[in-house]
Amino acid sequence: MAYENLSIFEQDFWEINNSLNKLLSATNANAILLIDKAGQMITSVGNTDKIDLLSFASLAAADYAATSQLAVLLGEEEFKEIFHQGKKENIYITIILSRIILVVIFNKSTNLGLMRVRLKNTVVEMNKIFGNIFNKLNSPKINEQTKATFTDDFKKAAESELDDLFG
Amino acid sequence: MSVINYASREITFKIVYYGTGLGGKTTNLKVIYNKINPEQKGKMISLATEMDRTLFFDFLPMDIGSVKGFKTRFQLYTVPGQIYYNASRKLILKGVDGIVFVADSQIERFEDNIESVDNLMENLEEHNLNIEEIPTVMQYNKRDLPNISPITELEDAINPWGIPYTEAVAIQAIGVFETLKSVSKMVLQSL
Repeated sequence: MAYENLSIFEQDFWEINNSLNKLLSATNANAILLIDKAGQMITSVGNTDKIDLLSFASLAAADYAATSQLAVLLGEEEFKEIFHQGKKENIYITIILSRIILVVIFNKSTNLGLMRVRLKNTVVEMNKIFGNIFNKLNSPKINEQTKATFTDDFKKAAESELDDLFG
Repeated sequence: MSVINYASREITFKIVYYGTGLGGKTTNLKVIYNKINPEQKGKMISLATEMDRTLFFDFLPMDIGSVKGFKTRFQLYTVPGQIYYNASRKLILKGVDGIVFVADSQIERFEDNIESVDNLMENLEEHNLNIEEIPTVMQYNKRDLPNISPITELEDAINPWGIPYTEAVAIQAIGVFETLKSVSKMVLQSL
């Protein structure tokens, strides 16, 4: 099966953000990002002012993809968790339903052990939310909604933006 | 695949520049980067070797602005062209919405182009994708050089599907935007 589009609807989006905000306050992390495996940003919570989120998302996905290939070379299916430690900042990466990458950015004000414990609950919640999202994506209604939102008018307007941009 | 966020009203597409080593993929992105207004682009990221060859990928996010209330963004990637970086190429194709195949028009690179298209087909197949289903544009680059193959020969060799093509001299910014516009419009139409 080809890699399908990912659509996030209003209610799912708020559920995701609530769950991530809970984790953020429970762990005192700086920020939490949710990224699609293809490198596209889904959402973020916390203090992300100083982070170039789009670059971060593409590099985190590449990091995860490269590390997964290392796992495969060792006979593992994938590494479920990745930890990078810096002098001040650290990142902890985990995967949701083999398709969504969750990144926690934290410093010494976060206890790593506690964060890992709390993260487990968040992963359970995310599995449920994204399980629902993926089920919805398989229903024909989604195609109808996409078509209703991205009409010919939308496509024409987007094409005209492209013409303006590149002359 | 596109990511559509109905809550934050954003839609993002992924376009991958594919092709043989030293064919001009990174040059395409650099030219685009230099042309776009600062508020419409993100940082260009290049994971390159010391010799300025792409090691993993180049990445350039580009906003075309708010379209009917949706912030519309294209994320451009290049793959490393050298044969031995196939694992990287495969990873970058994940979730692709549109492809630009940058062919090097020089006669001595003729076989390399064929090899690279074959490699693209194989890697797409691993993602259960097919070149005829994905919006793709062929860009015949380096048309200013003296030792180039005629377009008809290139078309016969690497474009049996009749995919739309452009002619380019990427280093002089010729054909670069035409190519990007063409693939972007195809991606939008496939929504």
